[in-house]
Amino acid sequence: MLCAATSKMILKHITFTKRRSLATVTNELRRLFESDPEIIDSNPYELDRHGRGESFHPSKPPSHIVHVRTTQQIQDVVKACASTSPPTPIVPFGAGTSLEGHVGSTNPDSISISTTKNFNQLVSVDPSSLQCTVQPGITRHKLNHELRATGLQFMVDPGADASIGGMAATNASGTSAVKFGVMRDNVLQVKVVTSSGEEITAGSKTFKNSAGYDLKNLFVGSEGTLGVITEITLRLHPIVDHIESSVCAFQSLTQACDAVVTLLSCGVPVAKCEVLDGPAIHAFNLYSKDVDDMTPQPHLFVELQDISEAGLASQRNIVEEILNDCGGTNIEFSANPAVRKKLWAARHDTYYASCALRPGEGMGIVTDACVPLGQLASVIAATAEDIQTSEVIGPVFGHAGDGNFHCILPVRDTDSEEYLQKLEDVNDRLISRTLAAGGTCTGEHGVGSGKMKYLTTQYGEGAVDIMRAIKESLDPKNIFNPGKIITP
Amino acid sequence: MRVLVGVKRVVDYAVKVRVAADKKAVDLANVKMSMNPFCEIAVEEAVRLKEAKKATEVIVVSIGPKAAAETIRTALAMGCDRGIHLTTDSRTDQELGPNSVAKLLAKIVEEESPDAIILGKQSIDGDFGCTGAMLAEHLKVPQCTFAASIDFDAKTVERETDTGTEVVSFPSLPAVFTADLRLNEPRYATLPNIMKAKKKKIDTKAADSLGVELNEGNTVLEVFEPPPREAGIFVDDVDGLVDKLKNEAGVL
Repeated sequence: MLCAATSKMILKHITFTKRRSLATVTNELRRLFESDPEIIDSNPYELDRHGRGESFHPSKPPSHIVHVRTTQQIQDVVKACASTSPPTPIVPFGAGTSLEGHVGSTNPDSISISTTKNFNQLVSVDPSSLQCTVQPGITRHKLNHELRATGLQFMVDPGADASIGGMAATNASGTSAVKFGVMRDNVLQVKVVTSSGEEITAGSKTFKNSAGYDLKNLFVGSEGTLGVITEITLRLHPIVDHIESSVCAFQSLTQACDAVVTLLSCGVPVAKCEVLDGPAIHAFNLYSKDVDDMTPQPHLFVELQDISEAGLASQRNIVEEILNDCGGTNIEFSANPAVRKKLWAARHDTYYASCALRPGEGMGIVTDACVPLGQLASVIAATAEDIQTSEVIGPVFGHAGDGNFHCILPVRDTDSEEYLQKLEDVNDRLISRTLAAGGTCTGEHGVGSGKMKYLTTQYGEGAVDIMRAIKESLDPKNIFNPGKIITP
Repeated sequence: MRVLVGVKRVVDYAVKVRVAADKKAVDLANVKMSMNPFCEIAVEEAVRLKEAKKATEVIVVSIGPKAAAETIRTALAMGCDRGIHLTTDSRTDQELGPNSVAKLLAKIVEEESPDAIILGKQSIDGDFGCTGAMLAEHLKVPQCTFAASIDFDAKTVERETDTGTEVVSFPSLPAVFTADLRLNEPRYATLPNIMKAKKKKIDTKAADSLGVELNEGNTVLEVFEPPPREAGIFVDDVDGLVDKLKNEAGVL
């Protein structure tokens, strides 16, 4: 249902040509969904929400949202948007984590295709093939709850209760990646609506596939810039009976990261391996009431899993020995499910805990550096030191087992130009340091609009040109989430 | 201590239920069914007692159609030792009422002599919340309903009420306990346990063979959906809002 006030607001700010396009697509949507008009949403608060994510990038709302119910509806919207003159951009929207401005509409006429409301079902489970198929709008906690009777779980665990479609589009990952991999390792097959409005299938429901170019891994991580994902087949893993988590303190980040290298070099099959620096632990202590306070120094949080009690016990002994040898202190283990759950929930909340260090209105700059494991100690220590000398607030923590860490730089609306410049400089130096160490400017969060400027430095012109060619070929009208990853 | 747990197969809590065309019942065709959430909590509590070595055996019982055996298997996978399945073709969401269920459970209690009986506080289809209390009455034993925590050593139970929590004590076992949301967080069964559960024993009997009168005395006259939610309206200013709240909604 169109809100008159909103349309007036949008129409005021755009040219006559664009106005014609917006009016056309609006009429077309109304016509297409005549029998189901409530799926078209122009509520200004919803539009604002669909233009923003969980980071500091400001909201860039679309003109309408379509809460699609079926693949056919997605195809219809794509065809309608491609046929206006000029074509109308489409921004797919899952649960809205969008850490690098992924869902911001660069064109106020954009149509947001939103899936979590009506296109969110578990379609089928094939337990003996260890897989399930879902619609993109289902969130990962809901999926695992639906799977609870099978003994299988979907293991990828980014901090948010993200939608599977969004996770596939951004190649998301979490604390479990060190053992279970990232989305690309856990998505077997995707179905995608392409620029012609056709639905294609990429990948296969097998664990191995060498047939043709790897389109599945092209679409996974393409951030909505090559098509709209309509169905995902996921690899599942059995829930293991014997799990234990451990907390260990270190004198320095370097020591902690060296311990991580040792653990992995000794072949310990860690299920989770996270590092947090002193400021991060301090934020953690203040924010999470469910977990006992820890001394504000660098810590490792490790989780071990085994199919037998004896196996778990022997892992525990080896890990304890290694941590001790590497200078770890205050080593604690717990198998209690409630204790473990609270520990990892608190770890997942470190973003909010960090923002809470600076009370007031505003979000955070979330950095995401990933380097070869051997470089982790030096890069993370240099980053933490830089933050301290710059006198800004920026807890550092991350997936040490993957060589991946984040630093949250909370931004406040009341911050001075000077402080904002310091944050930007810290971020720039971090990315330069990362790339110089042979790393990547983003291990998990994706490029969105925020990191486009680093692609050429990271890959060189040759590779970026190929990326551009792919975008131009698959999306000749540039309607799929324009202004993200690469500009044609 | 031997523990008896009751579980019920109900419409999955996430399903958007629809009324059947004849308006006599909810449409259950092809609808996802699961263990009642409060029954999951009851099973979890019993299994934790066993893990803490306070219970020696946990028996799970369910009354329902053939498919209720799956629900019993889930409870076995969570850690119960054996199951009892009383089969019935009556609709367990409205035909077979709490008093009949209580009487059937009382018969099982007579046979198995458990020390503690743990049920969910209510089922999410019938929503009566009566079975536990009725069972305790039939058995003439103490009842501790809406339990948020149970201490078998101190013989006390923390009960959730609408106005707050109260702590009650029970004089002795056997007693009936009904589980409320805060009692625990149920585990997800692991595959090895699901496979082990296939080998655990389930005793199947017809519910009407126990010599219990199953005629509830309640007849469902009509089942209908609540009136659809009306669209919101925009008001021009605060005065307009206050006026509507006072004169239309009647809340001021």
